[in-house]
Amino acid sequence: MKKLLFALLLACALPAWSALDPAVVHKLADDDSDQKIAAIQQLAQSVDPVAERLLKALSEDGVYVSGDTVFFSEGDKPVDAVTGKVIATPASNDSISINNRVRGVLDGALAGVKLFDPDAAVRLAAARALQEKVTPELIPLLTRAAKAETDAKVAPVIVQLLAQANLKNPDPVARLVAVQALAESASPNTRSLLLPLTDPATEKDDKVRAAAQTSLRAIDGKLAWGENLGRVFTGLSLGSILLLASLGLAITYGVMGVINMAHGELLMVGAYSAYAVQSLFRHYLPGAIDWYLPAAVPVAFFSAAIVGMVMERTVIRWLYGRPLETLLATWGISLILIQGARTLFGAQNVEVANPSWMSGGIALLPNLVLPWNRIVIIGFALSVLLLVWGLMNKTRLGLFVRAVTQNRPMAGCVGVPTQRIDTLAFGLGAGIAGLGGLALSQIANVGPEMGQGYIVDSFLVVVLGGVGQLAGAVYAALGLGIVAKFLEGWAGAVIAKIIVLAIVIVFIQRRPQGLFALKGRFADS
Amino acid sequence: MRTSFTERALVTLSPGGWRALAAFLAVMLMGVPLLHLAVPAGSPLHVSDYVVTLTGKVLCYALVAVAMDLVWGYAGILSLGHGLFFALGGYAFGMYLMRQIGTDGSYHSTLPDFMVFLDWKTLPWYWQGSDHFWWAAFLVLAVPALVAFVFGYFAFQSRIKGVYFSIITQALTYAAMLLFFRNETGFGGNNGFTDFKRILGYSVTAPETRVVLLGVTSLALAGTLVLARWLVTSRFGRVLAAVRDAESRAMFIGYNPLWYKLFIWTLSAALCGIAGALYVPQVGIINPSEMSAAASIEIAVWVAVGGRGSLIGAIVGAIAVNLAKSWFTVSFPQYWLFFLGFLFIAVTLFLPEGLVGLWRRVQAHWAKRGEAMEWPPAPLEETAKPVASTVVPPPVPVVPLTEERPA
Repeated sequence: MKKLLFALLLACALPAWSALDPAVVHKLADDDSDQKIAAIQQLAQSVDPVAERLLKALSEDGVYVSGDTVFFSEGDKPVDAVTGKVIATPASNDSISINNRVRGVLDGALAGVKLFDPDAAVRLAAARALQEKVTPELIPLLTRAAKAETDAKVAPVIVQLLAQANLKNPDPVARLVAVQALAESASPNTRSLLLPLTDPATEKDDKVRAAAQTSLRAIDGKLAWGENLGRVFTGLSLGSILLLASLGLAITYGVMGVINMAHGELLMVGAYSAYAVQSLFRHYLPGAIDWYLPAAVPVAFFSAAIVGMVMERTVIRWLYGRPLETLLATWGISLILIQGARTLFGAQNVEVANPSWMSGGIALLPNLVLPWNRIVIIGFALSVLLLVWGLMNKTRLGLFVRAVTQNRPMAGCVGVPTQRIDTLAFGLGAGIAGLGGLALSQIANVGPEMGQGYIVDSFLVVVLGGVGQLAGAVYAALGLGIVAKFLEGWAGAVIAKIIVLAIVIVFIQRRPQGLFALKGRFADS
Repeated sequence: MRTSFTERALVTLSPGGWRALAAFLAVMLMGVPLLHLAVPAGSPLHVSDYVVTLTGKVLCYALVAVAMDLVWGYAGILSLGHGLFFALGGYAFGMYLMRQIGTDGSYHSTLPDFMVFLDWKTLPWYWQGSDHFWWAAFLVLAVPALVAFVFGYFAFQSRIKGVYFSIITQALTYAAMLLFFRNETGFGGNNGFTDFKRILGYSVTAPETRVVLLGVTSLALAGTLVLARWLVTSRFGRVLAAVRDAESRAMFIGYNPLWYKLFIWTLSAALCGIAGALYVPQVGIINPSEMSAAASIEIAVWVAVGGRGSLIGAIVGAIAVNLAKSWFTVSFPQYWLFFLGFLFIAVTLFLPEGLVGLWRRVQAHWAKRGEAMEWPPAPLEETAKPVASTVVPPPVPVVPLTEERPA
């Protein structure tokens, strides 16, 4: 009996307990933005679930005034803002409009309310969202949230937020604690927040200034890590593209001593094969569009290889022993291929989309995100490299190719069909260029002239690495890629490119045979 | 016995050659001006603005081709960076032309328009003196020559040759192109220099100025031709050919190839600079695309088409390819690259000595027709021999090949 009575009492008490302060609610309807902001901040402090619903409705422009009643619509039903109960639709209503300043405060307040959500993931997301717009007004709320927080992942983020909010606290001790707490952060945002605190003009307290300097140094250290790792990564990714572009060149140049100026256009052939396969999938297999890329691998390899073998049979074969003329003739071939692509696919760049499994990335550090497409390309380059290495060192074809590279007449004397090896080696080199073009189509523009930009770079890799040396090409490509990216961070893209070219020119002057020179009798022939 | 300078100068060209040169100059210096200025526009004999400009442009290219032939045909150095020297000369003279615009630009500032656009207040240091014609003329020669000298010194000293040299010259011009594309470099970035108004105070677009520029270009070409001819037929030219054909042997005999190569390389660059300087006022624009790899390779193709190792061949090749280009890009723009590409392949495969070689073969065929020779008159192996064998030495008095000249 007593229990029942208690339950009844509780039931009567609940509505009264859950109602909001009508004075605060009515301030929302005030014309003055300052009044609205004050109301929103008070509502955000409230533990009442109605407050959250009301604020959410306000952010969706769904709060209305009808006489003395403030109500909001929730699922097409009018709800009284004070009691949180569904009411009859009032006869007349005025929508409460908010300006951008109010909206900013409102978004903060909404995120603040979410900090108390039972779901830890929602709390984490809310805390992350607040990082951009934390204000001193949120301090009491954040203090409460920090006390209530139990999740190990969310707690440090809220502590950070609190420290951020305290940076503008008039109390120097609070600022000092906040500044010291922020040293744990590794986000570029925090850095810009701390920067004003090191300036005597904005920060009067010596201790806080000194602490801010220390924290800044700690943050810079962490940021530098992220930046440098990022550069190494983008350098590796550029290097793997260079590697794919130059591996084929290293083979053809090594075997035949032929400078193939149309090599860049073989990249283009590979990239356009990706485009063609993508178009076919769109047309015939729209359900499997995400898998067009694996299907394009053999297409890119063989189409480029066929173009390469035709080139070798029709032109290059007839120009042996005249390297300078070969250079001109292959340039002519490249012009024909460019114009051919223009005639077939149009002069404009074509669109090759990343499959959905290649979008996004892994966030390692706050300022370091590794995009999936770059990771896939690095992996792809590695597997192509392994394949080529195996082919050159473990198969009969590879044995013959190496034999012809080292000594053509002697290889011919012992029965190596040198002419057929030439064609096959050229096809192999061209096919690898096609694979490089396929990789390139995922991160760069695909157009008729895309190959031109890579030809100088890939030659530099081959020349730097030493002729006919796979290992040389690998070191040169990755080294050039990473050096280029570090220089870019320091001097900008164009200057970096010029410096790299200058370095390579000077390097070739010092060591004309490249990093890994062939030694012995045939080194100078 | 030492012959006098005039005697040796006279034998650089055959009597027929001198007559052809005189005829060429007569047409360019008197015929064209007369037909352009004096004959009314409606008359079928009138030479239009377009033709005058095109001729001037093509003659500039022919000058570049001669410079290219000197290093490629006679010293065996294939440069894929001659576009750079051409553009440097053009930019050096373009600076003067930009300053000549004065306050007539679209911003009516004393600074060139692109500097106003970049919000620069004063001229950068390297623009100092660009108001003066003679300083510009000096830069036209000095800048390409200096760049070529420094680059060539290091390259030839480390004995870089063949395709390696070609590739690093390409890298050099590519780097320069990237540099000139930047707005901050101070040469107008992407757009380069254009909208010229005056040269030495005269309007750039006036018919009289065009005719004078064409005349100066023809004189420069004729002068270059005679100078080049004299060089390649001199003792210097023969040492150069020896270096080209067998560098090691030339070294063992006691010549240092470095200085021979370096001299011809630097001279060639300076000649390209002159061509660039003459090109800019006639065509009215200079921009970084002149330094693209394609532009430089095209120069090599003019020489290859005409016949490398033959100065007339270089001129013929430059004129033929560029007239074909003008015609194609107007009539069938989409086929020009196909044509150029096939031209590259066909010339290297079938005409290793270019049009001049073809002409010689035709001549030989007619000469030996009485003996019922089959076409082609010469077996293919013979045509693929080093070009040296086709350079017929003129009747130069024999000078002993020692370092000391007899008194």
